[in-house]
This record gives sequence, C-alpha cells and structure tokens, in this order.
Amino acid sequence: MEEKKKGALGLTINSPAERVFNGFIVENPTLVLLIGMCPSLAITTNAVNGIYMGLATTFVLALSNVVISAIRKIVPDTVRIPAFIVVIASFVTLVDLVMHAYMPDMYAALGVYIPLIVVNCIIFGRAEAYASKNGMVPSFFDGIGMGLGFTAAITAIGLFREILGTGTVFNIPFMGSKVAETSALHGVPQVLIFVQPPGAFMVLAFLIALMNKIKKVLENRGKDTSQFGEMAAEETAAAKKAEEMKKEAAAKKEEAAKAIEKKEELPEKTEQFKEEAEKRAQAAKEEVKDAAQEENKEVSK
Amino acid sequence: MDNLRNVSSNPHVRSRMTTQMIMMWVIIALLPAAGFGIYNFGVNALIVLALSVGTCVLMEFLFEKIVKKKVTVGDLSAVVTGLLLGMNLPPTAPFWLPVVGGFFAIIIVKMLFGGLGQNFMNPALGARCFLLISFPVYMNNFIIHAYTGATPLSALKEAQQAGDVTTALRNLNVMDMIIGRTSGVIGETSMIAIVIGACILILAGIIDLRIPGSYIVSFVIFLLIFGPDRSSAYISAQLSGGGLMLGAFFMATDYVSSPITSSGKYIYGCFLGIMTGIFRVLGASGEGVSYAIILGNLLVPIIERFTIPRAFGIQKEPKAKKEVEEA
Repeated sequence: MEEKKKGALGLTINSPAERVFNGFIVENPTLVLLIGMCPSLAITTNAVNGIYMGLATTFVLALSNVVISAIRKIVPDTVRIPAFIVVIASFVTLVDLVMHAYMPDMYAALGVYIPLIVVNCIIFGRAEAYASKNGMVPSFFDGIGMGLGFTAAITAIGLFREILGTGTVFNIPFMGSKVAETSALHGVPQVLIFVQPPGAFMVLAFLIALMNKIKKVLENRGKDTSQFGEMAAEETAAAKKAEEMKKEAAAKKEEAAKAIEKKEELPEKTEQFKEEAEKRAQAAKEEVKDAAQEENKEVSK
Repeated sequence: MDNLRNVSSNPHVRSRMTTQMIMMWVIIALLPAAGFGIYNFGVNALIVLALSVGTCVLMEFLFEKIVKKKVTVGDLSAVVTGLLLGMNLPPTAPFWLPVVGGFFAIIIVKMLFGGLGQNFMNPALGARCFLLISFPVYMNNFIIHAYTGATPLSALKEAQQAGDVTTALRNLNVMDMIIGRTSGVIGETSMIAIVIGACILILAGIIDLRIPGSYIVSFVIFLLIFGPDRSSAYISAQLSGGGLMLGAFFMATDYVSSPITSSGKYIYGCFLGIMTGIFRVLGASGEGVSYAIILGNLLVPIIERFTIPRAFGIQKEPKAKKEVEEA
C-alpha cells in the first residue's frame, strides 16, 4: 500500500528522489523544522565552514541512519536512545579523527562543533522519527536528503554572512573590499554585525522567509506536500469510519424500536437489543467527537 | 492606526490626540536639541539629520507601496524615528551611515514586525545599536574641528580604568556638559536643550515623569552604591554626559516599546537605570543608554503581563474554583 502513496511533486513516498527532495525542501532541517540550530548559527561565519560542517553531518547522518535502520528490530525499545548514541558517536569519532588528520585548519575553525555532531538534533531526530521505522535504503536516502538540505541551508547562511560581514565570497575578497583594512576609515566598510551572533539570526530569518515563499509557490501549483496529503487522507478515513459506525448503530436502534413496537414474545431480548444499540450509538458519537477534536487540533496547528 | 473605525463598546475616552498630533509634539520637542546639535557641530550634522529623516520616510513609503499596504507616512512617526536616529549619530558620520541606519530602523525593526504599534523595540535605537555593532569605527569617531578630545564619558571611563577618576573630573567642565559644548552624538550633548524639549512634552501631556523619573533616580542610586566615585561632580557628569537625558525623555518613553501599565512603568524605569549603571560602571564602554533601553524594550511584554491592574469591582478568583474549571 505504502509504495503507492504520492508525496511531494508526485514522487513515490520513500523513493530515493522523494526522500532527497523531502530533506531539501519539504522538511529542510534548518529552514523548515528549525532543528540543528546550534551549528547553523555558530559556525556559519563563512560559506566554506558551512560546506564542511554540512558534509561532515551528511556523512554521519546517512551512515548512522543505515545502521540504526538495520538494527531497529533487535534493539529493545527501552535502550534505543543509548544504542543510537553509540552508533552516532562511532561515526562522529571517525569524522573527527579524519578531519583532525587531513584538514587541521578546518578542524580548528569548526572546533567543538565537530564532536557536538553526536548530539545534533537532526541526526537524532531522523534516527528516532525515520530510520528506526523504515528500511535501510530509504533511511540512507533520507540521511542524504536531510544532510544535503542542512548543508545547502548553512552554506547559504554562511555565504550571506560572509559577503556582508567580511566582504568575501568563499574566502575570496570581492568588490574592492580590503579585508586587512577593517579598522581604517576608507574602503568598502564591512557590516561587522553579520559575523556576530545577531547577524546569524537575521540571515536565518530572511532565509526562512524565502523558504516559506518557495514552499507556498510549490503548494499553489497543486502539488501538495507529502505530509499534508497523508494527514488529510487519514482524517477522512477516520471520519468515514465513524460515520459508518453511526449508521450501523442507528440501524440497530431502529431494529430495536421495531421490536418494541411489535412487542414480541421475548421482551428481555428487545431490551438487550435496545441497550446494545444505545451503547453502540454512544460509542459512535464519541468516535465522531474524537475525530472532530483531532480535526480541530490539526486545523489549529 | 489613527483612523480606526472599529469601535468597541462604551465607555469611550474622547480625545483629539491623534498619532499625527503626538508625533508633531515630539518633533517640536526634539527641535531644541537638534538645533543645538547643528549649531554646535556645523553643516555636517544638518546633512546627517536630513538624510536620516529623509531615508526613514522614503523607506516607509516604498515598503508600503511595494507590499500594497495603506501608506502611513502621514502619521509622522517615521519622521520622529529619523530625527531620533540622526540625533544618535556622530556629527562626523559619513553620509551612507544614516541611510543604512534608516533602512534598518524602518524596514527591519518597524515594518517587518507590522508597522507602527507592532515594533518590539524602538526603531531608532535598534538602528543605532545595529550601526554601533556593525561600524564601530564610524560610530565612535567624534573628532571634529571644535572638539578633538574624547567624549566626557569615555574620558571618565579611561580614567576609571586607569584608577584615577578625580583628576579626570577636575579636567571636565560640567557647565560645558550641561550647556552642550562637548563632543558626542548630534543630539545628546546639550542637557538644557533636551530638558526644554522634555518640558514641552510633559506640559503637552505626551509623556509623564514615571519612566524618566524612575530611570534617572534609580541610575543615581546605582551610582551612589556601586560607582567608582561618589562625589557630586561625578554624578552630575554622569547625568549630563552621554545619552542619558535624551534616552530617558525621548526614547525610553516611546509608547510602543514601553509598558502601558502604571506600575510597569516604574519597574521599567528602574530596570533601565540599573542596566545603564551596570553598562557605564562595569562595561568596557563609557556609554550604555541605548543597550539598556533595548534590553528594557525586550522585557516590556513580561513586565506588562505581571502588572495588569485589576478592574474595579472584580475580585481575585478563588483558587479552588479555577481548579474545578480546569477539571
């Protein structure tokens, strides 16, 4: 059944392309889900930092997703979080040591944020929400999609902060800005706030606004995002079920009423019937109520 | 805002005060200080002020045209923002500085949050702090033909760091600071001109003394307890130097970004006084009014939440009843 559900852009749900698109646009971790904020704000003082941080996270995310998906059936529910941490930490250690050995400059620039990938919300969130419930192949592509979405988002944040704050693009000076002359009263001035924390928040806010616009345009094309489609389907199914039960109960009640009218030989049975019918009607009513409440919640969300 | 047609149920307060009228009064009250700034610092100050006001008005107009909203330039609030921003810039500011500041004040701080009445902090101060963090070199350059020295407050700060405030105080002429013949940003130097403007505002009923009064009093008390020097000369130098007066009377009292409740105003004023004291005494810079007010702006929703007055005749709900309702 699941394979036939259509997600965003009409892609089959859980297919590699759908997963990557989902991570990139629909559920972009940084710009839509707003998770993994710590590295997104702290290390994005330039675009190159963003790329390396993003790729390191993507690597850990994809591989830990695969492993967690593989062991999802043998890990008891109660110890799943420690188990996930062990898996994630192993891959992070790998990245940490490799970067330390081959990219000492970048390692120094990213500092504590490399080991902190262990507790990155994105990785943990995907392990918990996706990899522990789905197969290995979709989990791998989910990790790739989420990782690339994260990479693209923080590279974009880094790029804007770099252009405005230090006057460089990927560490290359442009437009006659003189990096060495930050303290002089001439040359193109750099907006120093953008290399400081408030600038990160401002750039993030503008990129989120842009992302909302993109998502709106996509939705207006009539191509519903996967999430909303699924939710709507579930809701209508629940409502239908409730309605059916209601009808059934009504029918039973009618029967009971008829029985009373006819005054058959077995009044006890009629009574029983009546009671049962009433019970069912009550149940159906409650079902409908629940469904309505759920719907309200969804709407208010 | 001034043409609100949706009328709630009575009783109504009748008033001819429109936003435009209030802003007009604020502009009139700002003129003495602005005028003194121009007299004190020369043509460059006039150009900075004009550019700042012009940018703010133009930005508001363009933004409202682009997003197809009703143009509210006529309420003059953008003029007040521009004037305040210009008065918070040094007279040596390059001409792009007020333009960038005006853009930030109107577009980022004011319009993106919903326009007048919705901004979470004072737009002029938001822009000043943005410029101060972004372009510290330009924002701290007070050297102009008449004044080559540091501002009185930074002189005091240096002395404090060197551990010799008394000598520095002897070198300061407090009378000059009160009249305004010192270096500083365009609108802050003259205490007299600002107090004249403040009197206009108070007499016209635009502001009351709750916020500025509690601000200044709590600041003085803070200095008396924690200041490096408790002499009256130090206190009066701290009061007349820097942006304290301008901030207390014109920026802390901004209707939108200050508490609306009476007790909240006192809390807000005291908070500002203490924060200004902390910044000036313990901070690295001699000045701290704008950061203090911005921090205070952020706390306003919380202050208001805890100081909502009880309506006449309504008693506090007994706790038991609440629980029953919740259940």
